[in-house]
Amino acid sequence: MASSISKRKKTNLILSEITLIIISLIIMAPVLLALSMSFMKPTEVYTFPPKLFPSSFHWQNYVEALQLVNLGRMLLNSAIVAFFITFGKLVTGTLAGYAFANFQFKGKNISFMILFITLFLPAETVMILPLFLIMKQFGWINTYYALIIPFTASATNAFLMRQHFLTIPKELSDAAKIDGATSMQYFWRILLPLSKSMLGGAALINFVYAWNLYLWPLIATMDDKMKTVQIGVKMLIDAEASNNWGTIMAGTMIALIPTLIIFFAIQNLFVKSLVSSGLKG
Amino acid sequence: MSWKSKLTPYILLIPTFIIIIIFIYWPAAYSFKLSFYQESFFGNRSIFVGLDNFTDLFTDPEYYSVILTSFIYSFSSVFLTILIAFLISQLLVQNIPGTRLFRLFIFAPYAISPAIAGTLWSFLLTPTVGYLNYIFLELFGIDTDWLTTTPYAFIAVMLATIWKMLPFDLIFYIAGLQSIPDSLLESSMIDGANLWQRMWKIKFPLLSPITFYLFIMNFTTTMFASFGIIDIMTKGGPLGTTTTMIYKLYLDAFAFQNNGSAAAQSIVMFAIMGVITFIYFHNVEKSVHYQ
Repeated sequence: MASSISKRKKTNLILSEITLIIISLIIMAPVLLALSMSFMKPTEVYTFPPKLFPSSFHWQNYVEALQLVNLGRMLLNSAIVAFFITFGKLVTGTLAGYAFANFQFKGKNISFMILFITLFLPAETVMILPLFLIMKQFGWINTYYALIIPFTASATNAFLMRQHFLTIPKELSDAAKIDGATSMQYFWRILLPLSKSMLGGAALINFVYAWNLYLWPLIATMDDKMKTVQIGVKMLIDAEASNNWGTIMAGTMIALIPTLIIFFAIQNLFVKSLVSSGLKG
Repeated sequence: MSWKSKLTPYILLIPTFIIIIIFIYWPAAYSFKLSFYQESFFGNRSIFVGLDNFTDLFTDPEYYSVILTSFIYSFSSVFLTILIAFLISQLLVQNIPGTRLFRLFIFAPYAISPAIAGTLWSFLLTPTVGYLNYIFLELFGIDTDWLTTTPYAFIAVMLATIWKMLPFDLIFYIAGLQSIPDSLLESSMIDGANLWQRMWKIKFPLLSPITFYLFIMNFTTTMFASFGIIDIMTKGGPLGTTTTMIYKLYLDAFAFQNNGSAAAQSIVMFAIMGVITFIYFHNVEKSVHYQ
């Protein structure tokens, strides 16, 4: 009896293992096949049935992708935009989270509500037209300001940090008070250092979000010099039409590899913060 | 700043509130105003037209089909994603050798943007070059230009959407499954519940708050944020079969410069968001404490 159960368990495990291998392959297939194609010569691209691997590493596709639509400059733009959005969100989010977690003040509930409602007003999509018109009035179209500043604060970050700060024992702030530290000294010297992993996770989620923005950069930039890589890939598709998928896939790789590397490197941190931001409100 | 200063919390909130007021609340109010105006024929001034933009919208049968498309696309993608995620998550919480590696691969699409997801799937489905196109041809004899024919374009967009959304749901289901106490599952096993029963009669009901959360989040994602996928893959075509509400809004605002109608459409989308918010609040209030 016992041995048949363990035997069944073993078959189950093997079945699960095989299923997971297949699922992983299916899910990674679009990326892996694109990577493979990005190294194929134009003649190889059109072989039938399609080849799985390139016969040699044809780097020319990457060179072409970078030249055809100035993808290098766009990479730089994406990096600048994603960095400053992330930085801004962390600053505003930690400050607001600190206010909500550690202070009692008049209007706390109402300001919390005002912030909460923004969760359901997706600026990047629904508000796209008025946002564009306002940016035009500011004269910010085609500038980094338009790409960065509207996205430097969000309720998600404030709530995430608030939840985290609430888990830090009150005794610490009491002790800081007794030692004569000001509230900002406590914030800088005790609260933030204790929140390193949470800040790291939030930074990653925000960075990926900002790097992947599409609709707003599409509208807010006309000059190719100000576009981000996401838009670059679209331009590459339009420029190449269906002529050279090798080049398009090379461009795609250039646009997706930074976030993918970050994700692979620190997946645990990522997942932890994502779950705590979602499940705790 | 001293602890007693009453100003401190307000100063801490100022940066966040400046940004959200200027870039979220002001545009929202501006949308309202715009929805009551139309550009004059020469585009040189705006004319107050009351509710005309809305009546135009709701007397246009095309708009209903756009709404229908959005909802069919959202509900079917969300349903399939949640179902697939729930099933796969069962495998990912067992202690199988290599689980960490599997998770790494299966979560990867989370980091990839909707626009890139759209590009990858366009490539897989493109005639003559695409691998998936080849598989469909060999296995099912389907030889079609996926992105430009009905109903294949719609299916193609859904495939990309599900692939992109799946990791998000998986992450939450895995976290949820791990929080179910082992004792509960063990006792059900002693009572003779099989794998399938444990999954649907015990785990699924226990995880219903997560399913609800995922449903709301996924629904918003498909309604609003899958713009990139659609713009890259089909541009709303063929014959408008993949034109969702957000895509139509974009076309009217930026291709046809019809600000009044676009603004009215964003108000309709606000209203949908409002309903979602209400449902969310109404259900979550009981289980989650925000204050």
